[in-house]
Formats: sequence, C-alpha cells, structure tokens
Amino acid sequence: MVEFNLPANSKVGVGKTINVANGAKRAKTFKIYRWSPDDGQNPRVDTYVVDLDKFGPMILDAIIYIKNQVDSTLTFRRSCREGICGSCAMNIDGTNTLACLKAIEDVKGDVAIYPLPHMPVVKDLVPDLKHIYAQLASIKPWLQSQSPAPSRERLQSPEDRAKLDGLYECILCFCCSTSCPSYWWNGDRYLGPSILLQAYRWIADSRDEMTGERLDNLEDPFRLYRCHTIMNCTKACPKGLNPAKAIAEIKKLMVARR
Amino acid sequence: MASNSSKSSLRSPLAHARGLGSAKHGTEHWWGQRLTAIALVPLTVWFVFGVIGHLGADHAAFVAWMKSPFSAVMMILTAGVVFHHAHSGLQVVIEDYISAEWQKLAVLIAVKFVSFALAAACVLAVVKIFIGA
Repeated sequence: MVEFNLPANSKVGVGKTINVANGAKRAKTFKIYRWSPDDGQNPRVDTYVVDLDKFGPMILDAIIYIKNQVDSTLTFRRSCREGICGSCAMNIDGTNTLACLKAIEDVKGDVAIYPLPHMPVVKDLVPDLKHIYAQLASIKPWLQSQSPAPSRERLQSPEDRAKLDGLYECILCFCCSTSCPSYWWNGDRYLGPSILLQAYRWIADSRDEMTGERLDNLEDPFRLYRCHTIMNCTKACPKGLNPAKAIAEIKKLMVARR
Repeated sequence: MASNSSKSSLRSPLAHARGLGSAKHGTEHWWGQRLTAIALVPLTVWFVFGVIGHLGADHAAFVAWMKSPFSAVMMILTAGVVFHHAHSGLQVVIEDYISAEWQKLAVLIAVKFVSFALAAACVLAVVKIFIGA
C-alpha cells in the first residue's frame, strides 16, 4: 500500500549547538545524530564546536572528549580504540567506518556522524545488532567435523592456511553489511556481505568437513543471491577486506557442485 | 527494517534469522542469467548487423533474408534468449524492491506470462515467414 507518512522517527530535526572552542585556532564542528527512546521526540542533529588541541587525532578521540567534557548524554559503543574490536562502527562523513581508525583531518569541513545506516537505533549512535548477530549464528561460525576428534591439533598445510588470509581478519563491525543496498532492502532474509564472508571463511577452511551442508544452507535466492556485486561492501571495509570476492567464491562453488 | 523501531516479538532473533530455511535453489537462475548474457553477445551483434544490412530494403528483401534457415534459426534464438534473459532480470528486480508478498507474486506472474507470450509471438512470426504461409 502507498504510505503517505514517513515511518516514525524518519524526520531528523536540528538540535542544540554547544560551542566549547572559545575561539581556538583549530576549532572543528561535529554534527552528531541524536535519538533517545525515552523522550518520544524525533531524532535531531546536535552541533558541537570543539578545540582540536584538547584531544587526540581520531574521530573516536573527539566523541570521547565530547562525552567526557561537553555532553555526557551522547551515547556510542567503543572499546579497544585501535581497530580490532569493531565496536565504534558508525557513519562518518557519509561513509561507514570505525571511529577509531578515521582521522579527523581526513574530513573536510564539518564532521557529520550518524549510526550505521538502516539498522534499528537503540540510542544515538548505537544500532540494534541482534538480527545480524542471529544471522551470524545461523551460519554456524565454528569448525564442524564428522571424523572423531583427534588427540592433537587438526593439521593444516601452510597453503591451506593461506586461503584464510583476507577472511580471518574480519572483526564483525558490520560496516560492509550496513553499506549494502541489498541488505537495506532485504536484510531480513539476505545474509549480507559480513555474514557471507564469515560463511566463506568456514567453507574455505581445509579442516572443516561440513562444506556441502554449509553450501546447502546458503543456496537460496535471498540468503545468497541478493548480492548483485554492488561492491559497496569492499569499499566500506575499514580492514581492507573484500567481502564481494568471498561472495563470488561461494557462487563459484555453487556452480561447481551442480 | 525501519530505523528506530526494534520489532517487539516473542520469537527469538535466531528463529527469525533462520526463517523458513534455505530454498535450496537459486543457482540455476543465477547461472541461467549469466549463460543468456553470454549468448546475447553474438546474437545481438548478428541482430544489429542484420537490421542495419536491411536499412532501406523493401518487404520482399527482408522476407527473403528471413527465409534463409540460418537467419530464421538465429532470429528464433535471439527472441527466446532475449525474453528469457529479460524475464530472469526483471524477476531479480521485482524480488529486490517489492516486499508485499501478494504484490510481488502478482507482478512475477504477470512478467512471466507476458515474457512467454511475446517470445511465442516472435517465434510464430519467424516460422510463418519461413514456411511462407
């Protein structure tokens, strides 16, 4: 049916402006998406003008400074601050990336910060990830075997181990999946680039014995074949991985086993 | 997934993600799209040059060209592959963008019927010229 009204909370208003730069030489403006589930208000964009000499060089340094010194209600996830935990994934200057790996000086003009696109928002910059975590669980991201457990390590040749390079480095920040238009439109059934890369990580593992079952589980017009090689995933990945290639490898195996 | 509205359901997230399970098909459709795309390269080249070659020709000349077995076979192949490819491509677009189940089904059925009808009409036209009825 035709919807004449936008979905709830689609209209983003202009919020408050807080200037704590005090005429500093290196002042920078951060425009940050704010939404709280508690006050029944539409989302708004708050503006913070801060002095770049007060904190470190990364976007994460800036929002930690804002939370600690300027506005403690600003809510976001962060943990390791060095690009290995994937917590601080957000949309910065129009691109999904990790706040801890994005240098402030790489953003020309004002810095716009939004949550990862097209995910339900819990609060401010915190997206609700329970569906995508459930999708990860659905592909069984662990080693599965039929033969009895060996008394020592499962051996793997250096060549087979090399096949996992470019896959094992994924930190599940979901910058790729939330940059994918196919995942925006059909994320309830399409697994998206991050989960398909994880699926291929186990398909490509020489020690795993459930390759056929894994492919069975993916062979679906929606789970796998919503990928139309748009390549936003590869462009977005802050770790420089190539989810589009992993998906292409799965499609090749699907054809190879016919 | 509308932003800001976590659907409150008592189903577990995993039950929702696993859904109805894998359809166990899709590869043939994907592969068929690629095969028809490859086939369309020579067919389209032949078709374009064939039509250009008859610019300004009269009806009799065109009919004579269509009466050659090679032209007739190529024309039937072109029509069949074009509508197969168009149909599978449109199906993907419809599945991408129409989320209401009954609307999706209705449009998919319409596209399928129209594609088959147009392909059949093209083939009949070529056959009619070829056997000279």
